[in-house]
Amino acid sequence: MSTPEATRQGPGRILVLVYGVFALAATARAGVQIATQFDEAPIAYLLSAVAAIIYCAATFALAKATVISRRVATVAIVIELVGVLGIGAFSYAVPEDFPDATVWSHFGQGYGFVPLVLPILGLLWLRRTR
Amino acid sequence: MFEPLTWVLVALSLLAMAYAIMLAARDKRIDWPLLGAVGVIEVALLGQLVVGIIQLAGTDRDVSGPYFIGYLIGALLVLPVGTLWALAESSRWGAGALAVACFVVPVLELRLYEIWVA
Repeated sequence: MSTPEATRQGPGRILVLVYGVFALAATARAGVQIATQFDEAPIAYLLSAVAAIIYCAATFALAKATVISRRVATVAIVIELVGVLGIGAFSYAVPEDFPDATVWSHFGQGYGFVPLVLPILGLLWLRRTR
Repeated sequence: MFEPLTWVLVALSLLAMAYAIMLAARDKRIDWPLLGAVGVIEVALLGQLVVGIIQLAGTDRDVSGPYFIGYLIGALLVLPVGTLWALAESSRWGAGALAVACFVVPVLELRLYEIWVA
């Protein structure tokens, strides 16, 4: 019998930590990109900002671990999965639109493909703790 | 950038990570030696932040300042926040989470080094 807090406990302790690292990294990266060189690749940098918001939402929702935050986490992680698959595919198909990397470019290759694995683990974990 | 300090930080963080994994594998919680090691690494990271900023101000290299300082600050935040988060866990997964936090430090150090030599 699992309780709502389960998303931050046990293996969830590691999952939330990894999400937190990506939330921090994506936010800092998007912040620097938009503040210093926005004109170079506006689409890529706006997508960086979107990714940052999604990672922050998923981190806080998984860490808060209430019935409602589980729904927020599920929505955020589904968007994250769609994002990494969509941007990953687009960055190969139309590389000229992605002159600079976002977290999700090339399926998160620059981050050891963790961005591709993370939403899958996140959804499995939400299912497991349901 | 003071390179020896970077490689010392990489080595210490990986050692702390290995120790944390060993604790988790033995179903143990975070212990004082691990916290002490994390504390030593954190002091070294603070030193690196100071040295890094001083050297960045004095370098002729084409180093991306915002990214360099961003990674220096990020490296400084990971262990304290990660440790507090990991200590809230009453099972082996606390040590596991701290192992992951320890692993983030060498990753950030390598990025810092790449940015510095770029």
